[in-house]
Amino acid sequence: MPIQYYLFLSLALFSIGIMGTLMRRNAIIIFMCIELMLNAVNLLLVAFSKMYNDPSAQIFVFFSMVVAAAEVAVGLAIIVMMYRKVHSVDINILNRLKH
Amino acid sequence: MNAYELIFWLLTVMAISCALGVILSRNPVSSVLFLIATFFAVSGHYILMNAQFLAIVNIIVYAGAIMVLFLFVIMLMNLNADTEPQKNRLVQLAGVVSGGILFLVILAALKSSTNNMLEQTATDIGLIKNLGKTLFTQFVLPFEIASVLFLSAMIGAVVLGKKGEEEPQTPKGA
Repeated sequence: MPIQYYLFLSLALFSIGIMGTLMRRNAIIIFMCIELMLNAVNLLLVAFSKMYNDPSAQIFVFFSMVVAAAEVAVGLAIIVMMYRKVHSVDINILNRLKH
Repeated sequence: MNAYELIFWLLTVMAISCALGVILSRNPVSSVLFLIATFFAVSGHYILMNAQFLAIVNIIVYAGAIMVLFLFVIMLMNLNADTEPQKNRLVQLAGVVSGGILFLVILAALKSSTNNMLEQTATDIGLIKNLGKTLFTQFVLPFEIASVLFLSAMIGAVVLGKKGEEEPQTPKGA
């Protein structure tokens, strides 16, 4: 399987994540699109790890998953707190950061 | 076309179509379910590249833990209605165009890059034994720092999610 197929697949997933981030207004969906972009990058790292036969890239993917898990916990806590304040997760309301 | 390529294309189509479902579906709960399907497809790609440890970690951490967290938040906030306000058509079109332009630019830049083949021979660098040896010899300091990061994220999530004292009392049973 050429490495380019994996390049194009993860590029497509990354672009879909960017489109979702720009298109939607729900803060949780935007957060999920960021997770999608992280996963696209992880997929490409694993493909290169297979290509160069190097386990360091897979360790790097492992650490990126660890950081993503911590990020999701803190980010969802922030969204829940915002929801308690303004009773909405619409980013057009959240963009004032003050009420 | 052998079985390997067949599985590759099947997983690729599944990943891309489910990723499109994430951003196109109106209901946030179905977005989460589409995202879980995307993660399963990516895990299938990991297994295809013989990275079994990462495939299992991807399913456990992403599809198991993170997505359940998302589902809990969506259902606790009662957002599983289709009444989400949409951006107007022009902004949506601008988002699609800019994402598509990024896709085309990187595609054109990478089209003539290296065309190394990923050989289908079974390598054993993705097995738990080898990855564990690498993790606990070469990368043991980042591993310990990651545990500190987890502790701080845990404390931060608890502090942020706690109800503040200045908020008005919610009625009983609400």
